[in-house]
Amino acid sequence: MPTPGSGSRDSGDVLPVRLAPDPALSRLAVEVDPRAPTTVALAEALVRTMRASPGCVGLAAPQVGVPARLFCLDVGGHRKARSYAGLVVLANPLLVAAEEPNRAREGCLSVPDLTGDVVRAGRIKVTGAVPGTGEEREYAADAFEARALQHELDHLDGLLFLDRVAGAHAVHARKRYL
Amino acid sequence: MGALAITAIGDDRPGIVAAVTEVLVAVDANLEDTSMTILRGHFAMMLIVGCDRPAAEVEAAVAPVAAELDLVVSVREVSTVPPAAAAGAHYVVTVHGADRPGIVARISRVIAAHGGNVTDLVTRLAGNLYVLTVEIDLPSAQAAEALRPELAVAAADLDVVAGLHPADADVL
Repeated sequence: MPTPGSGSRDSGDVLPVRLAPDPALSRLAVEVDPRAPTTVALAEALVRTMRASPGCVGLAAPQVGVPARLFCLDVGGHRKARSYAGLVVLANPLLVAAEEPNRAREGCLSVPDLTGDVVRAGRIKVTGAVPGTGEEREYAADAFEARALQHELDHLDGLLFLDRVAGAHAVHARKRYL
Repeated sequence: MGALAITAIGDDRPGIVAAVTEVLVAVDANLEDTSMTILRGHFAMMLIVGCDRPAAEVEAAVAPVAAELDLVVSVREVSTVPPAAAAGAHYVVTVHGADRPGIVARISRVIAAHGGNVTDLVTRLAGNLYVLTVEIDLPSAQAAEALRPELAVAAADLDVVAGLHPADADVL
């Protein structure tokens, strides 16, 4: 597992994470300039905050109250992961391919007390721009990494897993593991 | 065979299901459709049982266990009409937002106004976050499209987020 603080290039602050029902989580985020220093700084702060949050594998800008199409992700060490792209930080990402839907339970740093069963594609491709260089990247992902990427993409559209749960009995109290 | 509707609710603890269902076996009641869950620390049981004995006799049989476990129990006779095959279009309504009184009442009234029948409904209160998930049968897909804008109006009035999507579909 990544250690807290690894991957950040400075020792700036960890950002407070917005919790549902904060309306910031339900707004459509807007595109950003991937080369802008503010975008780079926000990306670094997102990674710092993700690293500092136990169990957190991804964080999107709306979760820290910024309506920007930017997220970071790192599923390293997760037991359900197959593909692993390392640390992924993308601005203005797009889902360009999605197949093999499957249903699984997921949680969210912004909904700390609940989990939900959500159908998502098990094999996807995502494109986006790397903050700083602005280089366009494409990631092919499957299994848990694909699910996590779709979860982060949803945040940019103001959607939580609660908006996608599969049925009345698909929302669960989060189990506290000993 | 006749049928009884039984409800029992009390503070959650181990052994409630065992104690109640052992009594039901002893009075020749056969568990059919049931739902049992913990609601904010209270264990709630809803059962339809096949049983030819009068409700009063079953309620009396359960009474000692109810007293011991501090359960509120009701038993009544119900019809044995077989369930109709679900017709129409099946949808899931999702609602979440800050808790306030009236969310379920308003949302379910809008659903009913469009001929929607609630087939399953669960709510969760987590801190100040209220989550309502409803499975509904609608007369048609057209009814769903008519429901959608009115659901949005109700959600805006309640300051919550509401969605409507087909059940059993791959929502991707």
